[in-house]
Amino acid sequence: MSAMRNDLLKTVDRIFDEHCPKTVRASAEAGAWPAALWAALEEVGLDRAVLPEDAGGPGLDFEDAMFALRRSAYHAAPLPLAETLVAGRLLAAAGIAVPQGALTLAPVHAHDRFDFMQSATGVLLSGRAQRVPWGHVCTHAVVAGELGGKAVLGLVATAGAARGVEKNLAGEPRTLLEFAAAPLLACAPLAHAAARLYAEGALARSVQMAGALERTLEYSLQYANERVQFGRPIAKFQAIQHMLAQLAGQVAAASAAADAAVESSVAAPDEFAVAVAKSRTGEAAGKGAEIAHQVHGAMGYTREHNLHYSTRRLWSWRDEFGNETHWQSRLGRSIAAQGADALWPMLSRL
Amino acid sequence: MHEFRFDPVPMPEAAQALRGEVRAFIAQEVAQGAFTPSRNSWSSFDADFSRKCGARGYIGMRWPKQYGGHERSALERYVVTEEMLAGGAPVGAHWIADRQSGNQILRYGSERAKRTILPKIAAGECFFSIGMSEPDSGSDLAAVRTRASKVDGGWSISGTKVWTSGAHQTHYLIALARTAPKEEDRHAGMTQFIVDLAQPGVSVRPIYNLYGGHDFNEVVFDGYFVPDDMVMGEPGMGWKLVTGELAFERSGPDRFLSTYQLLIESIRAVGTEPDARAANEIGRLVAHLATLRRMSISVAGMLERGEQPAVEAALVKDIGTAFEREIPETFRHLLATEPTLGEGTSYAELLGMTILRAPGFTIRGGTREILRGMIARGLGLR
Repeated sequence: MSAMRNDLLKTVDRIFDEHCPKTVRASAEAGAWPAALWAALEEVGLDRAVLPEDAGGPGLDFEDAMFALRRSAYHAAPLPLAETLVAGRLLAAAGIAVPQGALTLAPVHAHDRFDFMQSATGVLLSGRAQRVPWGHVCTHAVVAGELGGKAVLGLVATAGAARGVEKNLAGEPRTLLEFAAAPLLACAPLAHAAARLYAEGALARSVQMAGALERTLEYSLQYANERVQFGRPIAKFQAIQHMLAQLAGQVAAASAAADAAVESSVAAPDEFAVAVAKSRTGEAAGKGAEIAHQVHGAMGYTREHNLHYSTRRLWSWRDEFGNETHWQSRLGRSIAAQGADALWPMLSRL
Repeated sequence: MHEFRFDPVPMPEAAQALRGEVRAFIAQEVAQGAFTPSRNSWSSFDADFSRKCGARGYIGMRWPKQYGGHERSALERYVVTEEMLAGGAPVGAHWIADRQSGNQILRYGSERAKRTILPKIAAGECFFSIGMSEPDSGSDLAAVRTRASKVDGGWSISGTKVWTSGAHQTHYLIALARTAPKEEDRHAGMTQFIVDLAQPGVSVRPIYNLYGGHDFNEVVFDGYFVPDDMVMGEPGMGWKLVTGELAFERSGPDRFLSTYQLLIESIRAVGTEPDARAANEIGRLVAHLATLRRMSISVAGMLERGEQPAVEAALVKDIGTAFEREIPETFRHLLATEPTLGEGTSYAELLGMTILRAPGFTIRGGTREILRGMIARGLGLR
């Protein structure tokens, strides 16, 4: 780990240790905005971590920004940091100024589409988007679609657009937003804007799953070493050791897949690497969470233990921005279309 | 707790240039009919092909030039090995010598061993087998009973090794033998020896595998004489040496590409417009493969930096060999082909051959249970 990365780790972990205790996670699930935690992130510029310095960013490279995101997921921070980072990156790519505060993204469902319409006063947005992360909490949403047959990215105020709030399994709000000729605050062309938004989201969720899996392994090791049955810590039983070895394998694979996708997506998401990452981390999330709970026994099934803050996120994130089937099928179709002999050149390119 | 970090390793430009070179060489060999690329790459013995690899500098790549090596990086070697495997090249003859035996000799062999053996390995003219397992000593390697007693000018070995792949075709093996009686520390008192299979006192008998193939052998030593300068390291160091040798054996691309040819031929058989299920399964396997490759390259980077990534290697092998076994199991559903006994010249035979070889993938080079024990130790659980 580089010295700079190590400093970043210390800074980020200090913020989460201080401002993201269990009480904050619990109250966020009840609907309270963790204002102190968000303010602490803003203070060091982590909400703008992906922006270049001349656009108000803190001067981190993309890999560092994604590392910070991974740590936020490790700490199960109940905030739209991933969404704010992705939104900022999209706005910067489209040359639109990034507003203050937490940002969200829409549409995030493969079948939702917005209508963009040019009017005398500007571009108007209409349509519904389901399960927009923190859609009623963030004051602005970055939206993608087509205007006159060209891919565009826009920025819209969310005030008055919320039509209902659901929660994902981790208790993170997912809002139905509906716009009826809402004026965009800004709109600019961006190649494949909607697909790019979706891929950026998938990349961010992959990174978050890698972070949550890392925590899940740590909880499991700690519990197995502490829990005594039949006169010894359960970590001493070969059956448990092999389960934990398999969990470590899932965590390491998820981590490697997410890292590879981040490295190949510095300028823009690399379709192949993101598909690999979302597929692999999603699979690891399911298998990893299963092992972690089995190791924890009944204790891990309680509200009291912290494991659920990580595993409920894994069970949510693996289905957001495309589940494993979505990305695997895209990958599989693309490989088959290019022919078997194109596979190795594609793999060895990375 | 041990932190498993599979950090990124940038491929140096020299390695990428080498990739193109190796790929062109393989394509040319295939075009000239030197081999058909749908066989078991690193289990296919082809001495002619190994000599060509030697002549091109693809064996002993990391070794010093004075011993016939080419002083290239671990990543350059990685690129050559993965291109050979992906191309289905018959690299089995020199594989063990290049992957592990040569490295052991370089680190622990006498000057004479290094001078006489390494240049021949690098030239693709000298092949090795592994002399670890015995009838009563498989996963529990410390239970070896083959014994070496000190005699004038050397050692006299008696005992039996089994599962000795290729010993009927190779020139040497490195044998692990007990040189002192078992003490409280059961890892003490063992020594590795270089055994020249052409000398008297050692005999090789075939053990046919489940489909009738001849790969395994039983190797019996009856007062076999090894000169002192064919001892590896100091007598009694054997356990340390053998565990180091196993690390070379575990992390490479041969631990997840054994069934790559079946993957390729299956994708070809599925065709360019897969149905939903086939697309999903192909995508899943490729996602696993891309991830494994990344982890394996990362281990090559650790070796390059002089680290000893034994636990990371065990992890890659555990996941990688499970992946190898998933390929036939996945495509037998998708393509509804009845697997056929044969040499692998048709798709049905390739599938059949792979199903029959699959049990070996998670056993050879350390069973998955042994590997998981090592990973657990790395996690601080043992």
